[in-house]
Amino acid sequence: MTTQHPKALLVIVAEAAIERGLLRDARALGVQTWTVSDVRGGSREGEREGAWEADRTVEIKLVCDPGVADAIAAHVLQTYAPHYPLALYLMPVAVFRPERY
Amino acid sequence: MIDVVVLFFLLGVFARLVKSDLRLPEALYETLSIYLLLAIGLKGGLELSRQPLMVLLPQVLACLAMGFAIPFLLFPLLRWLKLVGADAASLAAHFGSVSVVTFAVATAALQRKGIPYESHAALWVAVLEAPGLAAGILLARWSARKQARSGLAGVSKTSVKQSSGWLALGHDVLFGKSVLLLLGGIAIGAVAGDVGIKPIQAVFIDPFKGVLALFLLELGLVAGGRLAEVRRFGVAVLVIGLGAPPLLALLGASVGLALGVSTGGVALLATLAASASYIAAPTAMRIAVPEANAALSITVALGITFPFNIVVGIPLYIGLAQALTS
Repeated sequence: MTTQHPKALLVIVAEAAIERGLLRDARALGVQTWTVSDVRGGSREGEREGAWEADRTVEIKLVCDPGVADAIAAHVLQTYAPHYPLALYLMPVAVFRPERY
Repeated sequence: MIDVVVLFFLLGVFARLVKSDLRLPEALYETLSIYLLLAIGLKGGLELSRQPLMVLLPQVLACLAMGFAIPFLLFPLLRWLKLVGADAASLAAHFGSVSVVTFAVATAALQRKGIPYESHAALWVAVLEAPGLAAGILLARWSARKQARSGLAGVSKTSVKQSSGWLALGHDVLFGKSVLLLLGGIAIGAVAGDVGIKPIQAVFIDPFKGVLALFLLELGLVAGGRLAEVRRFGVAVLVIGLGAPPLLALLGASVGLALGVSTGGVALLATLAASASYIAAPTAMRIAVPEANAALSITVALGITFPFNIVVGIPLYIGLAQALTS
């Protein structure tokens, strides 16, 4: 069986306006690999349909070491969460090429 | 008779109000907005190729000054209406910047009425995008510092400091989609001239109004969705969204008269002054003034002011320009 290596998957769902800042900060904190998707959804604050620029939402997936994921989550909660509605969740994953993360 | 493109907008609003499942693909919205910005720029650039640039310098400077002044004029009024400093600054910046689509509807209305206007007016739009945003950010920072000094509760002392620096913000505004495509279109039009543009005229010039109609259908859907928010924010947003445009139109018309532009030009400057940005401003303010309530500004700009301007405002501003220049 191929060797599996434990990593953390941190998912951030936020306004597209702060995508660049979130990725800049994540890279500075040690993330090497990320993917971004446009998504639609809703929360207590209302629905975000992505119909035009200011209404866009992105889902950022970061696979990294659990310590890096913790540091990013703490930074996002302290810096962005007070002013931007965002969802943040973490889960354990296994990867096959750990040097890429 | 109401302009046909406005009817498309009203259809979009209606579809939203009756909860229709009509929804334009996001990629189409993106394509249409790129098309409109480029086409507006190209048309303006064609005119630039026909006249010396120095002649336009006073107009460029006047537009810069007007865009910068509007937030400073609106801010005290918005504070008087009980908006907190960050919200007032952010909303004032939305009015300081401009709506390209409102401009496009105004040019369509002028063409339909046979009123000539300066073909390089697209340059005014490009110049007016950024100064209002800078003024709004200055107001937000000044307001935050003032409130921090007076020790008011609930004021975030760190939020403004956390926002991006001027350099990053300047980059985002100047090289953002709106200004880049407008100025890029103007430059291409100016360099290519009439002969150079001819091969692409069938795509970028002739179908303009049809594309504008389709884009307005989409904006009608979006604006219709914001109408429910009006109730949430109360009477103040209605007062601002309906009251500010006519007042600002008077300022724009005065600038047009001072510059000695045509009747159509006065109407366009009045329209630009009265319009509120819903593309460049929301993103810029979201990053620069994160503590401001984004939904409030967008509801006013897109849910109230935009529909008011294209249905009621533009005919009023054209009438005003005709009265002032006759």
